Parts: sequence; structure tokens; C-alpha cells
Amino acid sequence: MPELPDLTTAAGWLPLAFMIVMGLAMLAYVVLDGFDLGVGLLLPFAEDDDKDLMIASIGPFWDANETWLVMGVGVLLVAFPMAHGTILTTLYLPVSLMLIGLTLRGVAFDFRVKARADHKVWWNRAFFGGSFLAAFSQGFMLGELVLGFELSPFAVAFSCFIGLCLASGYALLGACWLTAKTAGTLQRQSIVWARRSVLLTGLGVAGVSVVTPLLSSSIFDKWFNVTNLIVVWPMPVITLVLFAVLWRSLKRLPVRLDQSNEYGIWVPFYCGVGLFMLAFHGLAYSLFPWLVVDEMTIWQAAAAPESLMVIFVGAAVVLPVIVAYSIFVYRVFRGKATPLEYY
Amino acid sequence: MLDALLLARIQFAANISFHILFPMISIALTWMLLFFKWRYNRTGEDYWMNAYRLFVKVFALSFALGVVSGITMSFQFGTNWPGFMETVGNIAGPLLAYEVLTAFFLEAAFLGIMLFGFNRVSNRVHTLATFLVAVGTTFSAFWILALNSWMHTPAGFEMIDGQAHATSWFEIVFNPSFPYRLVHTLLASGLTVAFLIAGLSAYRWLKGDRSRSVMAGVKSGLWLGAVLIPLQILAGDLHGLNTLEHQPAKIAAMEGLWETERGAPFVLFGIPDEEEKTNHFAIEIPKLASLLLTHDLDGEVKGIDAFEGEHPPVGPVFWAFRIMVGIGFLMLLVSWAALWQLRKGREPSPLLSRVLVGMTFSGWIAVLAGWYTTEIGRQPYLVQDVMLTADAVGPVAAGTVMTTLIAWLALYAFLVSSYIAVLFYLARNAGAKEQSERGVNAHGPRVGPLIDPMSTPRGAEANA
Repeated sequence: MPELPDLTTAAGWLPLAFMIVMGLAMLAYVVLDGFDLGVGLLLPFAEDDDKDLMIASIGPFWDANETWLVMGVGVLLVAFPMAHGTILTTLYLPVSLMLIGLTLRGVAFDFRVKARADHKVWWNRAFFGGSFLAAFSQGFMLGELVLGFELSPFAVAFSCFIGLCLASGYALLGACWLTAKTAGTLQRQSIVWARRSVLLTGLGVAGVSVVTPLLSSSIFDKWFNVTNLIVVWPMPVITLVLFAVLWRSLKRLPVRLDQSNEYGIWVPFYCGVGLFMLAFHGLAYSLFPWLVVDEMTIWQAAAAPESLMVIFVGAAVVLPVIVAYSIFVYRVFRGKATPLEYY
Repeated sequence: MLDALLLARIQFAANISFHILFPMISIALTWMLLFFKWRYNRTGEDYWMNAYRLFVKVFALSFALGVVSGITMSFQFGTNWPGFMETVGNIAGPLLAYEVLTAFFLEAAFLGIMLFGFNRVSNRVHTLATFLVAVGTTFSAFWILALNSWMHTPAGFEMIDGQAHATSWFEIVFNPSFPYRLVHTLLASGLTVAFLIAGLSAYRWLKGDRSRSVMAGVKSGLWLGAVLIPLQILAGDLHGLNTLEHQPAKIAAMEGLWETERGAPFVLFGIPDEEEKTNHFAIEIPKLASLLLTHDLDGEVKGIDAFEGEHPPVGPVFWAFRIMVGIGFLMLLVSWAALWQLRKGREPSPLLSRVLVGMTFSGWIAVLAGWYTTEIGRQPYLVQDVMLTADAVGPVAAGTVMTTLIAWLALYAFLVSSYIAVLFYLARNAGAKEQSERGVNAHGPRVGPLIDPMSTPRGAEANA
């Protein structure tokens, strides 16, 4: 691990602060747009009558959810300009695919209800295709990130596998979201979808967890060094516990729903969110303080402290406000999803 | 084979051209939606609300397209122009960050309530949400134009070891060309929306739809256009004078003026030839360029010869400028003539309706032509006199850029044609929808003047 600079100077703590902001924005994006994308991935498996309601359940949110991606990449761009170019030119192709996917998904959302009725089925396909392309490319990039941006056949195969796993993870989040936000047959169907996506999600978490330490001795040391082990062992343990709680909840919910009892309807969703948070946290722990593993630290990539300070002041004032009104919007649309209508 | 620099430029130009179309609509359209809502609140007349219902869908669609193409932009700074942020990131970074913080989240979060939340919040909160979305779109224009203007007229910084460092944020934000560009762009947005509203409404009229919301749309659009276009011509002229002061090479290209001279003519038409440094088939008005630019018949105007090796390509700038100005004057003619024809409650003639339909997207063409004038006019610089475009390009292979470029172009062509088709489709069916919704309104939850300060949160608890 490289030397930490003096954290009492602006050049020392500002990059650290921005790394935390970037990490939280990315995490917010993965969880929030994760369930949006997941709903898109499940769309082709649903009955036609249920499709509108599925999309209605994410309608008021997806736009703001996607903005967290702009925020995360924005912080990379403005706070770590040196790394932004290096990472994005290396990931040029998957980034382009992800953007095409996000574009298709975003516009299909609006077109499908406004275009001619006989075109709707095509926009539904575009919605699914876009969601899958975005989810898969993001997983592919994650695979490439932990392998240090290699392009050997093994690396590409592994990254494709992680791409499928992340798509499955998003489908899990989406299914758990629908479980809580809908009722009746769609709700039952969502529980089944959630159960089916657990396995691949688990394999993805395991895959990244096993490969990352094997690739870099410094990362291996961070996890398996005796003193560090005392600090880090709760992470894998809590992950396993969450998987167990999730599985049990998905088993028991149908029984309770038969008795019209919605107790614990949000438990699967929160477990899913918890799993994503832990996996993300583990990854961040492995990579810190590198932005490009063994090449560029957050301090080497950071912009000038006086510019970071200008952004930091603004972010410190505005971010809490953003969080507050985002919560307000979720509260306005709380409860079961209802059909969307422009008034 | 095209080189990677040119391909990267084409790709970025394609993305930003596609992107700008939709903010240009959503910025001014939110304010027009507030206007429709305000008219309804004041008069209690249903047709204002019907106009709102049609154009809120147009807005939702435009906004979604703007968001997704905007996300692409934020990535392409890094994928196509890594050198840009590495050199001027200390300036551009905070401006972009403030755009995300103060504008993007505001508009994206309250959009949900604006579009779908009417039955879940009180009318006041709904109006406030609509207002905040309008403020967000306008803030967004403010910050991004501050950055763009700084690239044309950089100020308030110093170069240390090849990197720009801020010395005065006030000078950076309010750099010399910023006030002109901001006003010019916001007016352009207003004009784009004016002709969009008038055009879609005239299309309904042509299709035999005689709902009152049709004429409300035609007239609102035309009045907005008729009022804004003279202001825009004035603002454009002032912006031009500002450009003459700070970027004279761009003006020389716009005017097609090859040699520095006193009493320079205005070239109405001509085919600029870079090799022979002359305009073929030129039709000129003597001394007019000098008069317009220096307000003196014999004033000196610098020609291309004064900027050897660092002037933009003349042809594209020359043509783009003429297209923009041509559409501007066409807008003046059409909006004023149309209002004259519609005086005292007269109905639009089929000819007028067709002209308005034809001009539905005229604002888009003028906007693109205007941006091409100013952006190509800055070449070969990315940041005027500070960094060359060629120095910012990334190491991605030409073949890779070509592949993604083709994919993007196909996607954009498909999306723009879908967008235009869906807008006319929505307009065509708006009348029938109003009829069917009238029945719902009679006993539905949406009845009653919305201004009522005592109006209760409709169904907010019931839906919770």
C-alpha cells in the first residue's frame, strides 16, 4: 500500500473526501438504478397486462436515479481528471455499449406509452434490450476493473460472466422492489423471479471476492493478514447472513400473503440493497487508494486543491438538500404502485 | 481513411448536436407549461388544461431524450477528449459540478411529481414542482453556457506547468462572451418552442380539429415568437460585435472576408474557396459588413489573411451563419404576418397552417446552424488561444471510434425520426383524447379551478 499523504492539508483530505462522495454516488446509482434496470430485465417475462404497472412502479424515480451515475462519473471527471481519461479510454467499448443501452431504455420508457399502440411491443423490447445492455456492460466493466483492464480470453470470459451476474443482481433488486410495490399475481410472480435470480447473484459476489485478492498480492494481504482479518471478517459473514435472511423471507412471504398478511414485505428488497452495499464496500476496501490498481492513486489523479475546495463547499451545502428532496419524492410515491397518468 | 481526430470530432459533434435539440425544447417548454397552467388557474377554462396535457407529453419525451443524451456527453469528455480535463479540468470541473448539483438533481427529482404526482400532492406543491423543474433546466443552461463561453473567451485563470488554475471565479463564470451567449441561447430556446407549439397546433387545425385548445396553442406560439424574434435579432447582433472583439478570425470566416480591408462588403451569397482564397459567384452589398461590424461605412474589418494558420475552415462557418440568420428573418416574417392574418378572431388559412407546420422544427435548424457557426468558428482551438483541439484527443484507435460512430448515428437517426413522428401522432390524437377525458373530468378527481388556495391534497392519503 502506498504512503498516505498528510491528511491535515487540503491536498491530502480533499481527494479522500471526493473519493467518498464518488463512492457513495456510485453506490446510490447501483442500488437505485439497479432496481429500475432490474424491472426492465423482467419485463419480457411478465404478462402483457402487468407490464404497464411494472413500469409505473419506477416511472417517477428512474430519471433521478440515473442522475447519480452522472454524479459519480462527474466526480471522477472533475475531481480526478487524470484518471477519468485513462479509465474511460480503456473502457471505451463497454462504456459506449452501456450508453447505448441507457439511451434505449430511457427513451423507450416514454415512447412506449406515446407511440402508436401497435409499436408498443417494439418499444417494450427496446426497454428490455437497453436495460440488459446497460446492466451487462456495467458488470463487464466491473470484471475488467478487478482484473486490471486485461483483455486475455480468460479476462473477457470472466468479465462476461460478471456481466451476467450483475444483470441477475439487478433483476433480484427489481423483483424485490416489485414484490413490495405491487399486489396480486404480479406480486407472487415477482417473488418467484427474485428466488430465481439469487443463485447467479451469489456466484457473482463470490467470483469477484475470490478473484480480486488472487490477482494482487497487496489486496491479498489486506484481506488475509492476521491483524486485518480481525477487522474484515464481519463483511463476508454478514453477506452470508443476508443471503440466508433473503432466502427465508422469499420462502415465507407467499405463505403470509395467502393470509393477506404483508408483514416484512420490504425485507427482501432491503436484504438485496444490503448485499449490494457490502459487495461495494468490499470492493472499495480492496481497491483503496488506487483508482487504477498499482498505477494511479486518488492523490496522483486529483485536480488542484483550490478547485476541489470550490466544489466541496457547494457539494456540502447542496448534497444534503438533494438527499432531502429525493426522500420527499419517494415519500410522495410511497405505497403500492398505481397506473401512471399525466393529468 | 479518416483520422482519429476527425472521427472523434464528428462523434462528439453528432452527440452534442443530438443532445442540444432536446434541452432547447425542454428549457422554454417548462415555462410555457407554467404559463398554460397559470392561464387555466386564472380563467378556469378547460382548453388551457388541454393544451397543457398535450404539451406536457411533448415535454416528458423531450426531457427523457435530453437526459439520456446528456449522460453520453458526460462520458465522452473522457472517452474522446481526455486532454481537455487534464489541461483545463480545474476550471471546467467546478462549473460542471455545479451544473450537476444545482440543476440536474433538481429537475430530475421534481420531474416525477410534475408529471405523475398531481393526484398525490396539493395543487400548490404541484405548481412548485413544475416551477422547480423550470428553474433546474434554466440553471443547467447557465452553468454549461458559462463553461462553453469560457472556452471561447477564457478569463480569470493562469497557466502553471501546462495546467489552467483559477484566479477569479467571478471572471471565469462571467467571462466576456457569457452574457451574450446566455441571452442568445435562452431566446433561441423560446423561439424553438414558439414554433413547435404553433406548428403542432396548426397541424391539429389542418386535420380538422376545432378544439379551443388548438387556437390557444397557435396564438400562444405565434405571440411568443413574434415578441422574441426582434429581441433575438438584437441579441445576435450584440453577440456578433462581442465576437469581433474577442474572436476576429471567426467573424472573418462568417463574413467570408479573405483580406483585411476598409469599407468591407457584406457577402449575401457566394461559394468560399479556401485554395484560391476567394468567393465564387459572390453577390455583395458594398460597405455593409463594415457598417454592421464597426458602425462606420469605412471601418476596417480583419480578413482571413490576418490569421494565417489559425483560422477556422471558412465554408462551414460561412454557410451555417447564413442559414441561422435566414431562418431568423423567416421567423420574423412568418410570426408577424400570421398574427396579422389572425387579427380579431380570424381563422388561419390552409396556407398559413401549412407554413406553420413546415416551420415546426425550424428552431432546431437555426440552433444547430448557430452552434456550428460558433464552435467550428473557434477551431483550430478547443479553448481559444489556450489549447488546440488536436491536443485533447484520446488514444482510442480510429477503427473503434468509427464503429461506435456508426452505431450512434443509426440510433440518433432512428430516435429523431421516432420523436418527430410521435409528436405529430400525439397532436393528431389530442382532440379525440380531450373528448374522452371530458367525460372523466365531469365526475373525476381533477375538476375545479386549480388556484383555489384551500384545495386539499387530492387523494394523497388515500393512495398512501
